[in-house]
Amino acid sequence: MKKLLKLFSPNFLWGDKQDIGPRFRHMFNYSRLWRSAVMLTALSAILPLLIITWFDFNVTQKAVESETLSRTSRTVSNTKRTISAFLEERKSALDFIVRDNPYEKLIDPVRLAVILENLRKSFGGISDIGVIDAGGQQIAYIGPYPLEGKNYSHQDWFKEVVERGIYISDVFLGFRNEPHLVIAISFDLPNGSFYILRTSIDTDRLNDQLLNLELGPQGNAFIVNAKGILQTPGRYNEKVFDKITIPVPEYSPQTEAFQYNDPNEGSYILGFAYIPDTPFILMIVKNKDEMMKSWHKTRIEILVFLSIGIIIVMVGVIGFATFFVNNIYIADQRRIKTLHQVEYSNKLASIGRLAAGVAHEINNPLAIINEKAGLIKDIFQFRDTYAKDEKLIGLVDSIHNSVARCGAITKQLLSFARHMDFSFQPVDLEKIIREVIGFLGKEAEYRNIKISINVEPDIPQFESDRGKLQQIFLNLVNNAFAALSDGGNLNISAIRIRNERIRITVEDTGCGISEKDLKKIFEPFFSTRTNVGGTGLGLSITYSLIQEIGGTIDVNSTVGFGTRFIITLPLNAKNIKEKR
Amino acid sequence: MRILLVDDEEEFVATLAERLSLRGIDADWVISASDAEKIINTRHYDLAVLDVKMPQVGGRELKKIIEKKQPGIKTIYLTGHGSEEDYQAGIAEAEYYLMKPININDLIQKINDALGK
Repeated sequence: MKKLLKLFSPNFLWGDKQDIGPRFRHMFNYSRLWRSAVMLTALSAILPLLIITWFDFNVTQKAVESETLSRTSRTVSNTKRTISAFLEERKSALDFIVRDNPYEKLIDPVRLAVILENLRKSFGGISDIGVIDAGGQQIAYIGPYPLEGKNYSHQDWFKEVVERGIYISDVFLGFRNEPHLVIAISFDLPNGSFYILRTSIDTDRLNDQLLNLELGPQGNAFIVNAKGILQTPGRYNEKVFDKITIPVPEYSPQTEAFQYNDPNEGSYILGFAYIPDTPFILMIVKNKDEMMKSWHKTRIEILVFLSIGIIIVMVGVIGFATFFVNNIYIADQRRIKTLHQVEYSNKLASIGRLAAGVAHEINNPLAIINEKAGLIKDIFQFRDTYAKDEKLIGLVDSIHNSVARCGAITKQLLSFARHMDFSFQPVDLEKIIREVIGFLGKEAEYRNIKISINVEPDIPQFESDRGKLQQIFLNLVNNAFAALSDGGNLNISAIRIRNERIRITVEDTGCGISEKDLKKIFEPFFSTRTNVGGTGLGLSITYSLIQEIGGTIDVNSTVGFGTRFIITLPLNAKNIKEKR
Repeated sequence: MRILLVDDEEEFVATLAERLSLRGIDADWVISASDAEKIINTRHYDLAVLDVKMPQVGGRELKKIIEKKQPGIKTIYLTGHGSEEDYQAGIAEAEYYLMKPININDLIQKINDALGK
């Protein structure tokens, strides 16, 4: 788990970075690379998800809306058939009465009373029945009111029934002060005249039909006339003869359902149907929000699905972007490290070549001085004239000594340059240490740094890489010099230990290294002296070089007291004949 | 014992020859490979001290020329430079490979060692 977390943690943000210089720095902006990778990948993954969700959202919403309208339309259609059947039944009953009873019988009050009684038993809700002649005179009437003999010839309904053969009235209160409606049908007489059979029907059963409809919460069903006057009560305190607030829909021969947006009441699903041959319009109103509740639930599910999808995609995208940018970062860091190491090696090689060139140029005139001085001395010694002049001999010796010093320096330079390539050869450890110290002798002298070298005599020459050893000691001594204050001590000692190995200790009395830094000092480019030109490569390269020649290096340090590097090297001593 | 010194630094080689002569060593000196070729045709030498870096023909090439004319002649290389290639090649080819400036006593010691004396 820890390994997995490490794999996906953004090391490119908090890891050490190799500096490639200002010119190319912009190319290694890993945060920007990571952001771009996350954004592009997330966009290409989430955009299709959003489009699909949006599409599904709309399709589902439309399907639910369509289903709601369709369901409302079906309810309206079924109710319309029920109401039509209710009225048709009564019309058929009147038709049957006329066919079963000739006109003469119908105008017989006894017979008419029997008919009314039968109708009441069969259908219920019928309050009276009357027969009206062609002149509009009610010639027979059975019912609770004294309407026999009343003339209707001037009333609109009479004219309509004469004209159309049937009349169904709006709901009205009448003498009873109860809402009811009237059905009047005209029938022809054999003599060419006609009469009208008229009956009053209570609307209670019609109301019951509408009240019993399953319309869901806040649903309403009622009948209105063309003026929008309620013919049946609504479910929410709407009374008969109230005017509805919804506009009366335009006539349509078919059942219709549509969405109605009321600015005050919100959105409704409105279904309606004009009931044929009546003044009635059946209206069913449903609250859209209630009807769409199932959709709201589905909508939340879609949004939850979308959110979970986006979270999964983002976790995946961020994880993989981090993983890939980390890999790029690691590859880049390795590349830059290699470049720096190559640069460092090239620098050393250049210094070596330069040193060799300088040494060569100096060596030839030195050789001439050496020989000329030698000849002078020879002349003094071989000829008696000056043989006893100690002052002259001393002067010549002084020239010789200076030439020898210069020669030693140029030899060190050449030796250092010569052995930079990898090659195993017999090496004299003390000689190498002294050569390296030779380079820094003057600095030590000026800074009053006391250097002691103590290589035990039982350490023989051994097979190793001379150039690498030089570089190792040069790096360690340079480091010690950087840590030492003027007047400090540097001790280098070497002893032979078990298993054919030697242990070399390079110890200074400098400023020391903190415990925190001590863990990192062998990491490439770790330096506490970057502001004074430290590359952070010295100890890293030293570590690598020691490993390459089969050794190990360890360090311990105390801040304020000094640092000790302990190197162990394999010993493969060989006695050789010095050819030089 | 007669030795030949070849070095393009005339001041150096002439002085060295004189110093060797003072010590009883018969030493001739020349300052180029062409001069060396000429003199080798006229006299026999036991050992040649050759400068590795010389204009036109260097010490290593001259050694081959001399050995053709006087097989068995011993050689000591002398150089003020000392590249890795020269050093490696030099110690493989010659008896000794010496760096300038040299100590006259060291040189005489090496000459004696090379000639088995």
